[in-house]
Amino acid sequence: MKLVSAIIKPFKLDNVREAISDIGVEGLTVTEVKGFGRQKGHTELYRGAEYQVDFLPKVKLDIAVQDDVVQRLVEVISEAAHTGKIGDGKIFVYDLEHAVRIRTGEQDAEAI
Amino acid sequence: MEQNIFQLQYAMDTFYFLICGALVMWMAAGFSMLEAGLVRAKNTTEILTKNVALYAIACMMYLCIGYDIMYGGGIFLSGIETVDPAKVLADFSAREDGFSGSAIYSAASDFYFQVVFVATAMSIVSGAVAERMKLWAFLAFTVVLTGVIYPIEGSWTWGGNAVFGLYTLSELGFSDFAGSGIVHMAGAAAALAGVLLLGARKGKYSADGRINAIPGANLPMATLGTFILWMGWFGFNGGSVLKLGDIASSHSVAMVFLNTNAAAAAGALAALIFAKILFKKADLTMVLNGALAGLVVITAEPSTPTPLQASLFGAIAGIVVVLSIISLDKLKIDDPVGAISVHGVVGLLGLLLVPITNNASTITGQLIGAATIFVWVFVTSFVVWFVLKKLVGIRVSEDEEYEGVDKSDCGLEAYPEFTGS
Repeated sequence: MKLVSAIIKPFKLDNVREAISDIGVEGLTVTEVKGFGRQKGHTELYRGAEYQVDFLPKVKLDIAVQDDVVQRLVEVISEAAHTGKIGDGKIFVYDLEHAVRIRTGEQDAEAI
Repeated sequence: MEQNIFQLQYAMDTFYFLICGALVMWMAAGFSMLEAGLVRAKNTTEILTKNVALYAIACMMYLCIGYDIMYGGGIFLSGIETVDPAKVLADFSAREDGFSGSAIYSAASDFYFQVVFVATAMSIVSGAVAERMKLWAFLAFTVVLTGVIYPIEGSWTWGGNAVFGLYTLSELGFSDFAGSGIVHMAGAAAALAGVLLLGARKGKYSADGRINAIPGANLPMATLGTFILWMGWFGFNGGSVLKLGDIASSHSVAMVFLNTNAAAAAGALAALIFAKILFKKADLTMVLNGALAGLVVITAEPSTPTPLQASLFGAIAGIVVVLSIISLDKLKIDDPVGAISVHGVVGLLGLLLVPITNNASTITGQLIGAATIFVWVFVTSFVVWFVLKKLVGIRVSEDEEYEGVDKSDCGLEAYPEFTGS
């Protein structure tokens, strides 16, 4: 099992959700996050005074899947979240040790 | 028949006063929303508490002694509860200029209309000292301003009394229709005294002289507050005609509504365009301040300008307010909502523009009046703030300011999370 953690531009969330539904992924968790990468921040203006916004809003998706789905999932997310402009985000893949579905007590492969 | 028409005129002018008073009361909601929108989320509950409490204190203090000091209306308004219709009708018949003569209305409606102005003056203060002043020191100051400082100033202007028995402002050609100076600049003078003793919010000005932005938490709320104030202002200026019940007066009321609206619109537009030129961006908070500046500037005389003049005055105010906000920041006078610029600087501008359209006023009279109001309110407020500072302190601790005064003063947050529900 793997946990795919993708940080994407917020307005791409719907695209990505539809795309991963199409390949049969049945669940994900979304978190609103802030951060910076190469895009860095930008300056904003309030009542004549400029200020630096260092952390930009992004959306983070956490998706637990079987090993055989991972490669396809990463491709699909990359495609759906792509704009070609700086700040498109990143995808991280972790090993997932264990999973439990709380309602039924099902474990691991059956739980995701 | 004539007696019945007088009865109706009394009823109409009383009713008009009450409706306008209710509109001005609603400005308390406008100030609350504007201030809640322009402070940070962690100080929202406290600024709302201040706004509700200051309104209530203003009403109580004006009822107890303020109205008596300003207009001789009796301590605790004694005697206001009775009316003798026969005497009222006799007053109507005795009026020299007959039906179109000066308004006669219920004394209770007059109190109600006047009391909401007191609250407006105090609302101006709460925005300027936001995010760092102790709640109870602020409320203590509110008691003094609304009970004594403002009523004494009002007794010299609208009350017609001589200033310390020395000179009478109305005889010098001073004219302030609905209170650009008497209400707005007075509130700003009290606010300025408080801000000077209080100091800037932590982090607003860096040691190297940089001015840091502290963005407001909720601009939809600030915009709603501005529109509420804009609407309430029709009562503020329109009611100050004091009479609706004849052709000349009702036309005057209509002109006041028209000019008030035109000045606000022109002020918003001028600030929008000026901010775009100056900062390359359409800064919404400046546009909001521009609309309010238009309203403040026309308040000194909304009945005599032509619609074009009213629009020009509003536009000038919209530009002046932006320049004033930037200048105050350079002087390190931290005013989170721009109250001192909107109500003080532009209030003064409004007074000085009156002689252009109103021949009954003079520029000397306006200057002396403005100086009298400012010096009196600023000096007495400074003394009260200073005494409060020495006795109980007026500023919250550094930790409390960092955590937000919602928690330290009110014990609750405006937008709670993880509450278990």
